Amino acid sequence: MADFLEFQQVSKQYGRVRAVDGVSVSIRRGEFFSLLGPSGCGKTTLLRMLAGFERPDSGRVLLDGKDITDLPPNKRKVNTIFQNYALFPHLTVRENIAFGLRIAKRPEAEVRAETDRMLSLIQLEDQAHKRPDQISGGQKQRVAIARALINKPDVLLLDEPLAALDLKLRQRMLLELDQIHDQVGITFLYVTHDQDEAMSLSDRIAVMNQGRIEQLGTPTEIYEAPTSSFVAAFIGDTNIFDGTVDATPEADYCRLRIDGFQDVVCYNDKKKKIGDTIHLSVRPEKFRVSTEPPAPDDRLNRVRGRVEEVVYLGSQTKYLIRAHEYRLAITQQHSRFLLDQKLIRWEDDVWISWHADDGYMLDRYSAKDEHMMEMPVVVE
Amino acid sequence: MKRRLNEWLVTLPSFVWLVVLFVIPTAIVFAITFKPSDPWGGIGEGWTLQTLISLGNPNYPSIIWRTLYLSVLTTIICMALALPTGYAIARAAPRWRRLLLLLIVIPFWTSFLIRIFAWKVLLHPDGYIKRALVALRLVEEQTMLLYRAEAVLLVMVYTLLPFAILPIFAAAEKFDFRLVEAARDLGASAGRAFRTVFLPGIRRGLMTAVLMVFIPALGSYVIPDLVGGPRSEMVGNKIAQRTFTDRNLPHASALSAALTIVVMAPMLFVLVLQGRRRES
Repeated sequence: MADFLEFQQVSKQYGRVRAVDGVSVSIRRGEFFSLLGPSGCGKTTLLRMLAGFERPDSGRVLLDGKDITDLPPNKRKVNTIFQNYALFPHLTVRENIAFGLRIAKRPEAEVRAETDRMLSLIQLEDQAHKRPDQISGGQKQRVAIARALINKPDVLLLDEPLAALDLKLRQRMLLELDQIHDQVGITFLYVTHDQDEAMSLSDRIAVMNQGRIEQLGTPTEIYEAPTSSFVAAFIGDTNIFDGTVDATPEADYCRLRIDGFQDVVCYNDKKKKIGDTIHLSVRPEKFRVSTEPPAPDDRLNRVRGRVEEVVYLGSQTKYLIRAHEYRLAITQQHSRFLLDQKLIRWEDDVWISWHADDGYMLDRYSAKDEHMMEMPVVVE
Repeated sequence: MKRRLNEWLVTLPSFVWLVVLFVIPTAIVFAITFKPSDPWGGIGEGWTLQTLISLGNPNYPSIIWRTLYLSVLTTIICMALALPTGYAIARAAPRWRRLLLLLIVIPFWTSFLIRIFAWKVLLHPDGYIKRALVALRLVEEQTMLLYRAEAVLLVMVYTLLPFAILPIFAAAEKFDFRLVEAARDLGASAGRAFRTVFLPGIRRGLMTAVLMVFIPALGSYVIPDLVGGPRSEMVGNKIAQRTFTDRNLPHASALSAALTIVVMAPMLFVLVLQGRRRES
């Protein structure tokens, strides 16, 4: 069975810039799908192609088995929530929500009933007579959602819908969006540069970079098994080690040579061979920091380091620890805090360790991706 | 108390300006309407209703009707031309936008009178336009292009068009075109989005444009005088004739007063309309 929504080898060029470069994605019916990437990565262009505001230079867009590539926006069963909401300033909240049904020339009684239903869904019955400039940002957001949903679209497109809201409101709208998606059960295509939004809402995420899809997968796959240095550095934070494969004593694990570190053990799902260059990504929270040496273990990498920075964040502490040529960003959760526990302080010598399964070898590496990380890893 | 005094001082200059240069002259014009004329072209003693009664001159209804008709037609044509033009300039790339605006403004650098005389040359029986139209067999050899109401209309549209384009452009430039996308997204055709979202969005610019064209058109005097004929006279011509030829100031004042009322009426209407909208 074909997928519900398909981009087939879609490309779009603006002048010399390839905004979208041969992208193929399939999205399932009812899915909450996110396009995640930095500004200028092509995610908004892709969304605008689905909405009908841009026509791809090549490739097709299919919705429910039908080719909609050349349909104008008003002929598509797709509705958009715009970044600035784009509410009509000369219409009231009620008239804004009813706009789509009025255009479709539905009977007045039906328009009234549907609009009332939407107003109660977004809990703005008492604001119905106001104009957009008289309501708050969060309320505008909800009106935009109602205005789009009233048309019962096949796909709801959301273009950075939370970008204009402050943090607390953003978190609340995040929950509301999730609930609305569960209630209406239609396909959501969500465009954002904010990894937290994408992570918390999506069934699947496509991480985009320079007009291409870097990686496609569930939030867990994207975070735990990044295939490129771009994904590893853009989603969350990471530490990237460069080295070569030194030995492959057993089928599943290999031993790596990394500057200064001796004998790093790593899960070898990529079937690397002796002499291959590797880039190993280890997420900050995968490390353990201790003052005492951890018990030896075949699968545990143990390294000595010196604490250069300690940042206490309440729920966790962030450390910068110098180990040989690397300055590692490490976070530790405070699962159990004892007041008499000996704290790790600045300039302490410590042991850091990580399990062989927590290191992840990247398929693609680019040195410039390291600039996206919170702290530079390599010490000059 | 002090605050109110300050406010008063701030508005004083514009208030004085308005009273001295607008209210008092208008009041004088209205007042002279009720004065008799003296045989030497001045204003006589006493008061009379004679002038007002003479406005019933059977010539006037057709002249006033023609003035209104030509002004309304000029406004409609100017709006029809200015709307797509203003829209196109607002949507053009910034580099082009500056050039296009310059092209709209350039005619103002030439004297108004000279531009009208240029039209006289163009429309002259031996002028290029006439010869081209005859060559294309669109008009007959003996057809006169000048000195008729159509010529007045053409030159009025030409003269007043920039005054319609500029306010429409100014409003369209500030308009958020993402709203048109939103309307299209919600199922509106391009034309429907234009009517339901773009036009209401620039309605202030549209009102300004209508007033900027309609009011000067009503008061035109030079254009019908130069390119119009005896059968395309407008109220402005009659006022001039009563003043300079007949030397009958009260009569000219009465016509002016009538015109002032006609001009003020649509303005008041727009103001009331905007005021009511603001209240709601």
